[in-house]
Amino acid sequence: MGKKSIETLVGIFVLLGLVGLVFLALKAANLGSFSGGDTYTVTAYFDNIGALKVRAPVRSAGVTVGRVAAIHLDPKLYQGVVQLALQRDVQFPTDSSLRILTSGLLGDQYVGVEPGASEKMWASGDTVKQTQSAVVLESLISQFLFNKAADAGAAPGPASPASGAKK
Amino acid sequence: MTGLVSWLGQRTLEILRILGHHATFLVELIRACPAALRRPYFVVAQIHAIGNLSLIIIVASGTAVGFVLALQMYYALVTYGAAESLGLIVNLSLTRELGPVVTALLFAGRAGTSLTAEIGLMKAGEQLAAMDMMAVDPMSRVLAPRFLAGVVSMPILAILFSSVGILGAYVVAVLLIGVDSGNFWSIMQSGVDVRRDIGNGIIKSIVFGFICTFVALYQGYEAEATPEGVAHGTTRTVVIASLGILMMDFVLTALMFSTP
Repeated sequence: MGKKSIETLVGIFVLLGLVGLVFLALKAANLGSFSGGDTYTVTAYFDNIGALKVRAPVRSAGVTVGRVAAIHLDPKLYQGVVQLALQRDVQFPTDSSLRILTSGLLGDQYVGVEPGASEKMWASGDTVKQTQSAVVLESLISQFLFNKAADAGAAPGPASPASGAKK
Repeated sequence: MTGLVSWLGQRTLEILRILGHHATFLVELIRACPAALRRPYFVVAQIHAIGNLSLIIIVASGTAVGFVLALQMYYALVTYGAAESLGLIVNLSLTRELGPVVTALLFAGRAGTSLTAEIGLMKAGEQLAAMDMMAVDPMSRVLAPRFLAGVVSMPILAILFSSVGILGAYVVAVLLIGVDSGNFWSIMQSGVDVRRDIGNGIIKSIVFGFICTFVALYQGYEAEATPEGVAHGTTRTVVIASLGILMMDFVLTALMFSTP
């Protein structure tokens, strides 16, 4: 085989590799959507972040508008600090609130944005205080059981010792 | 007792000698690479011999692995009603592990053995010594182009293996079984990260290409100049390269994917 044809064949080989790489990056991964694109960062404090993970989506009205960039604990307030990287072209009013929600019954957790009505918009580095923690199933169940027990104790009414002591 | 101690000492010195041999060979090989790059046609011809000619076996195996993965994953996932996640699982297992590792094992068998046999026979026929006599450095003329070609070809082959595997899984999952096509791609896209999964897979394949080619060239160069010597060298290439790849894979996986 001539020198030229071997060079052509190797060129085709390398080209095939590049096509494969582009296929993997664009069709089989999320390079097409923003992954390191133009974003601004907002910091939010949560009492409990549940099972939220870094890179979890941030959604508003179900549409993904950003990702969780970092999570750590504030050592003074004992609150979870979540940094959100939001797309530059999506702006939210400063009185918008954040909630940690779960997609489906057993799905992954994500941050939901509930837009407010303020004229001012979030800027990079802003802190969000209006947050609602993740629902922890154990505390929900224990609260339910506690309420049940309290109802059962209160039902006889006058027989309850607490009300008797007050009289 | 003295016999045992002296046997131990002998073994230690032997291991050190072999390690030293590998190290000096590697240094010489890397030092010869710039000279080999100055005449790129030799590298290109070797990429043709190592890469192009391995293409068929890599593509065929990739397709087969994609088919089988999709079928097995479907049977497992459909009991949880999560058949749509099939694409994601196939993609992650291919780009992170199977792509680089299976390609490297096939590469060791397909290209590594031929390199060892070629170099070993060149040495047995005293062609390398003859080159040296003519003031042609066999390191930069024969060994370094093959080494560079191996390191360049391996990642390309691994990428093609993964791509073809994903397409094979698509054929089985979407066209044959009837998993929803949109979900197949969108769940895959939301779960695969370019740098973390695909990038690390490519880094793995470059490391494996390095190991494979280096072991093959060393075994060929150090093979005894007899038919048995070349045969032993070829066998050792497959054994050492495969074990090296599998062990290195564990180390790289532990380093790359330890943090969530």
